[in-house]
Amino acid sequence: MSAAPPVPRLHIVTGKGGTGKTTVAAALALALAGPGRRVLLVEVEGRQGIAPLFDAPPLPYADRHLAAGLDGGEVFGQAVDADEALLDYLTMFYKLGSAGRVLRKFGAIDFATTIAPGLRDILLTGKLKEAVSRTEAGRMAYDAVVLDAPPTGRVVKFLNVTVESGRLAKTGPIGKHSRSVSRLLHSSLTAVHLVTTPAAMPVQETVDAHRDLLAADLPVGHVVLNKVTGTKAVGVTAEQLRDGLRRTGLPSDEALIADLLDEYESSRVEIEAVDSYRDRLETLGRPIDELALLPEGVDLSGLYQLAGALRTSLGQTRRAATEPEAGDRGE
Amino acid sequence: MSDLDLDALLSDEGKHVIACCGSGGVGKTTTAAALALRAAERHGRRTVVLTIDPAHRLAQSLGMEALDNTPRPVKGLEDGSLDAMMLDMKRTFDDVVASHTTKDRAAEIFANPFYQAVSSTFSGTQEYMAMEKLGQLQASGRWDLIVLDTPPSRSALDFLDAPARLARFLDGRIIRLLSASTPGSRRSMLSLMGASAAVFTRVFNKILGGHLLTDVAEFTASLEDTFGGFRKRAEATFRALQDDQTSFLVVATPEPAAINEAVYFSRRLTEERMPLDGMILNRLTPVRASLPAERALGAAAALEEDDPENPVAAALRTHADLARRRTAEQRVAARYGAACPNIPQVWLPTLGSEVVDLEGLRSFGATASGAANTR
Repeated sequence: MSAAPPVPRLHIVTGKGGTGKTTVAAALALALAGPGRRVLLVEVEGRQGIAPLFDAPPLPYADRHLAAGLDGGEVFGQAVDADEALLDYLTMFYKLGSAGRVLRKFGAIDFATTIAPGLRDILLTGKLKEAVSRTEAGRMAYDAVVLDAPPTGRVVKFLNVTVESGRLAKTGPIGKHSRSVSRLLHSSLTAVHLVTTPAAMPVQETVDAHRDLLAADLPVGHVVLNKVTGTKAVGVTAEQLRDGLRRTGLPSDEALIADLLDEYESSRVEIEAVDSYRDRLETLGRPIDELALLPEGVDLSGLYQLAGALRTSLGQTRRAATEPEAGDRGE
Repeated sequence: MSDLDLDALLSDEGKHVIACCGSGGVGKTTTAAALALRAAERHGRRTVVLTIDPAHRLAQSLGMEALDNTPRPVKGLEDGSLDAMMLDMKRTFDDVVASHTTKDRAAEIFANPFYQAVSSTFSGTQEYMAMEKLGQLQASGRWDLIVLDTPPSRSALDFLDAPARLARFLDGRIIRLLSASTPGSRRSMLSLMGASAAVFTRVFNKILGGHLLTDVAEFTASLEDTFGGFRKRAEATFRALQDDQTSFLVVATPEPAAINEAVYFSRRLTEERMPLDGMILNRLTPVRASLPAERALGAAAALEEDDPENPVAAALRTHADLARRRTAEQRVAARYGAACPNIPQVWLPTLGSEVVDLEGLRSFGATASGAANTR
């Protein structure tokens, strides 16, 4: 094996609805913002899902400081909007100036992004590329860019801009631009991370998305197994429970014992199910990061906790990239 | 806050449409299928469920594998009659075109590259076609009750907004502007908007390629002849949803994003005077033992002093985790009641296994109807 492949600078986080991809994207941005590093966290679907996680007001179209990363880095946030991006391009490439505003008033901007859905995606991914390659005072403006991407069902189409741009003009600045965006998205500077929970449907969607991403020649990064519950799986009997409850001065009636046994048994079944989903995901051959379900929900401090777990996991896989077969998730 | 009585809703002879709405991943499809099954089996209503994108195994168990865009009877019912179908938006659009024009004209429209793009990938087409299909099912008079699952949109509001947006677009002034400035048009370039239209056409021809604008202009011209306006149709469907025969149910899970979405959607329905009849909260962590989390944790710590691997301590910690999760979920879910105090709710715990067959749907339906109060 020769030199390690370049570390990705564009991290695209996708997953089925409800698996927590926005939370994972935010935690990843914090985790990547190590000492002296600047990370940009981007959303593109107009949901304003990022701001509430940081107790911040809605994100603007231009990037804005959002939070301190782990150990002194900085995280910035941005909500990219296709209409604004198109106006940017028109101004940049066609020197449209006030005519751009006229077009907007007539709904022409909306029209263009509507009749050509591919154009929308080109504009959005184009802004990502710009953020990845932007320089400020002789250095890269951002060490990493993290995208809270569309869900797994739509993500391949979203990223596969070359195919979509085939429908649009092949000449002209936007066509040319889309080809350079496509080169970035298909390069090892990009990693598409798949977020799932330990449940049948999200795991199936992850396996499907993995297959589709490979077919489209898009670089898959990690699989993040989110909201994992429990770690212990030792047996317990009613007698042991009765005895333990008595010793600690808790009520020890039969109903309570039965309920506790029932809960414990269900969570053991759940843990076994997690194992089988983990096995299924391991067949994909990608590093798996596990994030525990936070019983109290994810607030800002919970987000930093998840970021800490992700950083540990990222550190391990970076070693794995240079040491062949660095073993399983040893802990 | 009052409790949502689903049996009363499902048996109400005056209700003919129930629409399940909410953000992605909250269990809309499962909820819609379970309610439809219960309406058919328990309340003897001739029911059809229209789903958008069901999970494979659920589709299988409902006999919806044949993608022919028409309702098929569900086999294995204990009683009553239930049909199910999965929306095929392209085929629905094709049917709309075919039924409103001559064979030759339809062939011309089908061959238009822009029509092909619109009917398969256009944002809003899925929502529009769900409305269209709903209208068709209603008009057939074959069913007492239609249960509708809504498309997996970016936002639940898209279901209300997308059809109007599509109609506005296909019917709007931009198109007229475009037709006026497409080469070969009879209309004058000296119109009031002529100058802007020229800028528009020039710039977009460069970006999109000249062929696309021509395709769009041709397509909308053919539509105008045959349809008499997309906008009118969309408005008619929209008004039909304000009718008391319709019932909206908002589906959510106890997570901040899903609850916020449910609140926005509920406010919007109220503003539009649409009949919102309740909120269904799915996937609460089930807790059986009534023992405060703090006491369980204290006892676990005491037991672990002697034996760090004590199995009783493990069971107590499991209970404490469940109880804390449940408390946090209830705190999040309570936001809905605070924001929408007049909307009846039902809270449902996660069922033991994922719902993939009729038996699963049946017990989901029974829990939803029986567990009026699980708090």
